[in-house]
Amino acid sequence: MEYLKLIGIVIIILGFAFKLDTIAVVVAAALATGLVSGMSLTHVLTLLGKGFMDNRMVSLFFLTLPMIGVVESHGLKQAAVNGISKIKNLSAGKIFNMYLAIREITDALGIALQGQVQFIRPLINPMAQAAASIKKPLTDKQVDLIKGRAAATDNFGNFFSQNLFIASSGVLLMSSTMKSLGYSATPGNIVLYSIPMAVITFVITAIYNRRFDKQFNE
Amino acid sequence: MSVNNILEIFYVLIGLIMFFASIESFRDKENSARIGTGLFWLIMGVIFAVGKYLPNFVIGILLVFVGILSLLKQIKVGKIKEVNKELAEKSAKRLGAWLFFPSIVLAILSILISQFTKLGGQVGIGIASVVALITAMILSKADGKTTYHDSERMVRSVGTAGILPQLLATLGVIFTASGVGDVTSKAISGIFPAGDHLLGVVLYCVAMAIFTMIMGNAFAAFAVITAGIGIPFVVAQGANPAVVAAIGMTAGYCGTLMTPMAANFNSLPVALLEMKDNLGVIKQQYPVALVLLVIQIALMYFLAF
Repeated sequence: MEYLKLIGIVIIILGFAFKLDTIAVVVAAALATGLVSGMSLTHVLTLLGKGFMDNRMVSLFFLTLPMIGVVESHGLKQAAVNGISKIKNLSAGKIFNMYLAIREITDALGIALQGQVQFIRPLINPMAQAAASIKKPLTDKQVDLIKGRAAATDNFGNFFSQNLFIASSGVLLMSSTMKSLGYSATPGNIVLYSIPMAVITFVITAIYNRRFDKQFNE
Repeated sequence: MSVNNILEIFYVLIGLIMFFASIESFRDKENSARIGTGLFWLIMGVIFAVGKYLPNFVIGILLVFVGILSLLKQIKVGKIKEVNKELAEKSAKRLGAWLFFPSIVLAILSILISQFTKLGGQVGIGIASVVALITAMILSKADGKTTYHDSERMVRSVGTAGILPQLLATLGVIFTASGVGDVTSKAISGIFPAGDHLLGVVLYCVAMAIFTMIMGNAFAAFAVITAGIGIPFVVAQGANPAVVAAIGMTAGYCGTLMTPMAANFNSLPVALLEMKDNLGVIKQQYPVALVLLVIQIALMYFLAF
C-alpha cells in the first residue's frame, strides 16, 4: 500500500484546514510519513533532526530581528505615518496606489509593516473616505467598498513584493525546500524571478484602483 | 574559513538571541505558560547554538518535545513590553527618514555579497544583518541594554510561527526520503500524463492556489504541493527550479487572496475596519487574484523552460 505514504499530505491539509496547532501538525505529518514508509522510529527521529539542522538557513531571518527591533523602538512606524500623511489632494484610487508603491518598496527592503493594523485602519481608510466624499456624501455600501479595497491593496502589495527581500522567510523556505527535494535554487535567483510578478501586480492593481474612482464622480 | 564555518557563527548568534527570548519568557510572570515558552526558546537556542555537536537523533526528540509543548498550549507569546510611544515619537522627529537607512543597508549589502562574492546569499544575509544592526545602534544611539530588549521583544513576538517555515522545509526531507513525489506522480499521471510542460505548469499553479485556499497557508501548501506535483510534473521535466519556486509560491498567494481560511489577511481587516460585509475584502480581491493566476501560469511556462 504505497498510497499510505501520502498520509503526511493528508495530515497537513486537514490539520491546517481545521486550525489545529501548526507545529504539532507538521511534526505529526513528518513522523507518520516516515513510519508508514517502513522506517524505524529511531531512523525517522534521526532524519527529522538531520532535516531540521540542514534547513537552518530558513531561520536566518531571525538575524534581522534585532535591527528591526531597534529602529521600531526608535520610531520607524511614526516616521512612516508622518511621511504618508503628507500626501494631499489625491483621489481614493490614487491614495491606494501611492500606498501600494510604498508597501512594495518597504517590503523589498524587508521592512515588514503590519499594514492592516498600522496603516489601513488609522490612515489609508480615513484618507480614502475623505477623498471620495468630496463631490457627494458616501452611501453605506460605498463606505464598505472603500474599506474592502483599502485592505485588499495592502494584501496585493504585501504578498507580491515580500519575496523581493533576500532574507525573507518565504525566499529562504523556497530555497531550502528545493534543496531538500534535491534541486538547487539560490535565494538570489528566487529574488530575481520574483521581480516580474511584483511589477505585473503593481500595474494591474494600479489600473484596478484607478477604475475604482469612477463610481464617486458620477 | 569555509562558507559553512562562517555560517555556523551566524547560527550561534541566532541561538544567542533565542536565549535572550528564553530568559525573558521565564521571567514573564504574567504568562500562564511561561515555563513552556521559556523551554521552547531554550531548546531552539540550543539547537542553533550547539546543535552541530548533538546527534541528529537528539534533535529529532527535542522537536517532538516542542511539538507536544505546542499541542498542549504551553507555548504562548505572553506579555511583551510595548514600544514607548513618547520616546519613539521624539526619536522619529529627530531621525525622520534615516530610520529606514539600516533596512536599506541590509537589503542592498546582502544582495551585493550574494551576487558579487563567493560567500553566497546566506553568508551575505548574516554579514548584512550584523552591519545593519550596528548602523541602527549608531544612528539611534541605542545602548546594549536597549538592543537586548529590542531583540528579545522581536523574537518573542514572532513566537512559534518563526520556526514553522524551517519545520516545513524539514518535511520536504522526509517526503523525499519516503518517496512521496513518486507516489503522487504515479497517481496523477493516470489522469494527466507527466511530460507535457504546459499541463504540468497549469496543474502545479492551480494546485498551489486551491490547496492554499483549503489550508489558509501558502508556506504549508508549498512544502506539500511542490514535493507532490511541482517536482515530478514541472522541475523534473527540465524547468528552472528558481522560477518554479518563485512563481509557484505567488500562485499560492492568489489562493490566499480568495479564502476566508487566511483569517489574518481577509477576516482581521473586516473586524478592524468594522465592515458590514464579512467577505468584503475577498470580493475586492478575487478578480485580481484570478487574472494574476492566469498570468503566472503563462509566465512560469515561458520563463522556466
